[in-house]
Amino acid sequence: MAEVRLESVTKRFGETIGVEGIDLTVHDGEFVVLLGPTGAGKTTTLRLIAGLEKPDHGLVYLNGKNAAPLSPAERDVAFVFQQYSLYPHLSVFENLAFPLRSPVRRRDEATIKATVERVAAMLRIEKKLQNRATRLSGGEMQRVAIGRALVRSPSIYLMDEPLSSLDAKLRSDMRLELQHIQRDLGATMLYVTHDQIEAMTMATRIGVLDHGHLVQIGTPREIYEAPRNVYVATRLGMPSINLVPAAAFSGQPMPPGTQTIGARTEHVVVGKRASGASKPATVDWIEHLGDQNHLHLSLGEHKLVTLVDPDMALSVGDAIDLSLQGALYFGADGERIAA
Amino acid sequence: MSGASTTAHSVVEPSATSKRVAGFFVILYALISMAPLAWIFATGWKTPPDSISYPPKVVFDPSLEGYCNLFTTRTRQTNEYIEALGPPQGACDEVTRRREMVIAGQSNYVPRFINSLIIAFGSTFLAVSLGVFSAYAFSRFKIPLADDLLFFILSTRMMPPIAVAIPIYLMYRELGLSDSALGMILLYTAVNVSLAVWLLKGFIDEIPREYEEAAMIDGYTRLHAFFKVVLPQAATGIAATAIFCMIFAWNEYAFAVLLTSGEAQTAPPFIPTIIGEGGMDWPAVGAGTTLFLIPIVVFTIVLRKHLLRGITFGAVRK
Repeated sequence: MAEVRLESVTKRFGETIGVEGIDLTVHDGEFVVLLGPTGAGKTTTLRLIAGLEKPDHGLVYLNGKNAAPLSPAERDVAFVFQQYSLYPHLSVFENLAFPLRSPVRRRDEATIKATVERVAAMLRIEKKLQNRATRLSGGEMQRVAIGRALVRSPSIYLMDEPLSSLDAKLRSDMRLELQHIQRDLGATMLYVTHDQIEAMTMATRIGVLDHGHLVQIGTPREIYEAPRNVYVATRLGMPSINLVPAAAFSGQPMPPGTQTIGARTEHVVVGKRASGASKPATVDWIEHLGDQNHLHLSLGEHKLVTLVDPDMALSVGDAIDLSLQGALYFGADGERIAA
Repeated sequence: MSGASTTAHSVVEPSATSKRVAGFFVILYALISMAPLAWIFATGWKTPPDSISYPPKVVFDPSLEGYCNLFTTRTRQTNEYIEALGPPQGACDEVTRRREMVIAGQSNYVPRFINSLIIAFGSTFLAVSLGVFSAYAFSRFKIPLADDLLFFILSTRMMPPIAVAIPIYLMYRELGLSDSALGMILLYTAVNVSLAVWLLKGFIDEIPREYEEAAMIDGYTRLHAFFKVVLPQAATGIAATAIFCMIFAWNEYAFAVLLTSGEAQTAPPFIPTIIGEGGMDWPAVGAGTTLFLIPIVVFTIVLRKHLLRGITFGAVRK
């Protein structure tokens, strides 16, 4: 049983809000991803759970126990930092063995060796064990950093953008690896990122943070299809959701009180200019991505970006038909109105 | 530093000509700086008349007299007395008898030299140890009035030794610390600790906190994390700081001459007091100075690779 619960946790740094009134439960075996831009309070949340920061208000519970009196060492959490995660003066083996040599969980040398080798094999770094930590590539360093969390079986793994310093190819490999590891170990994870692909692909549940507030938490589908407000809606989707005043689609049926229409690419239907029923729009620009094209459109004074099939013969300046097939509707306060 | 592939006209790499010119000036400067050292070294191997002859002798017959006089005390005897002694015991005995003297005993040079070693190493060790802990505290914790405290620590170094020597002398007399090795160690530690705190704080500021935080989450206490993670990474800073503290303590003259006279006297105030017949015994002074230079040169060479980073006060990023 490994469960983490935050109860109206608030942390300020002077005038700046770190997090405010966060209520969050990470259940046993769950992979929760906290999503938000820099300064949203993601890292602060992890540090509060790890005991590196003390909350101003509210309580952190680990396995149902109040964690306030526990030092970071006693909390039995593992933390993967965004950077600076390896001890540069130690070899890879020593880095991985470091948590197992600590006073609170000292193991005998044979166990340490076996554990380190098992984890190194899992992360495919077994050939690098004798290297100095500084003589590794970025991807290897990050594997070792993750490995240092995996040599233990903590109640929760806290990961602070562990993949952000890697290049795209490595990031997608590691994303898969992390999912496999999490599933194989049945581990409880709280993972922080600003990368929506990581959030969508890995999470059991996504928590969206904005200026220290947990705006919404739910499965990736829920967050994507039923965002609570405009802010959450803009967090997911590539290209990001088009926000257009309701007036621009005056003919379209929409719930009363709608101020803003949120049109994701799949809501936008474009076709060759023919019928009179749809809205006329102009092609401003086309970005060719190979398998698909990003189509930049002007609808009156409003700009939209959507995806089209590369086969669709369009060029800049073409007039096209534009209609909506389902959309998200937001009221004056930015909250979503159910259709 | 890409080695073979660099061109003479690269923006970052100086041209061969400018390197040669710079090299010429560096060598010239080195020669000028080393000339006094070479003179001291040579003086140690001269006879007393050679050492004060005018014009100065650059080429001379080397003599052991300087080193013999440095380590011994001698008394004048009549020729008859010396002839009655039988054959001389070793080279120094021979050199001494040629001046119609016999060796009466050991000089104080060796005990003074040992005092210097004890006091310099002792105070360096203490100053660096205290410095690294306080620097860590200043670097990592919110300390009320930290900036003022740091300035206060630095200000202890602003007074010239001569201004504080008398109060310290009176204080030490009351405490029974005057002319004691412990007193000198404490005094040099107090002077050096300000330098150590300031230098080391720069180095420790550069070590990311994440290392200690990771260690604390991995199950270590802060103190453990400090020894296991922070200290190894501060090694460069510690070595550089130790060199600076050591150089100060080893060469210190003003406090030593005012506060020590016998038991705890260090080599710097002792060497100029070596008096021979009819004035200063310059060869012995040269010999004593030459030997006195050796430990600090060795210490600096051993820790040399850290020194370059050290003199930039920890400002260089890895």
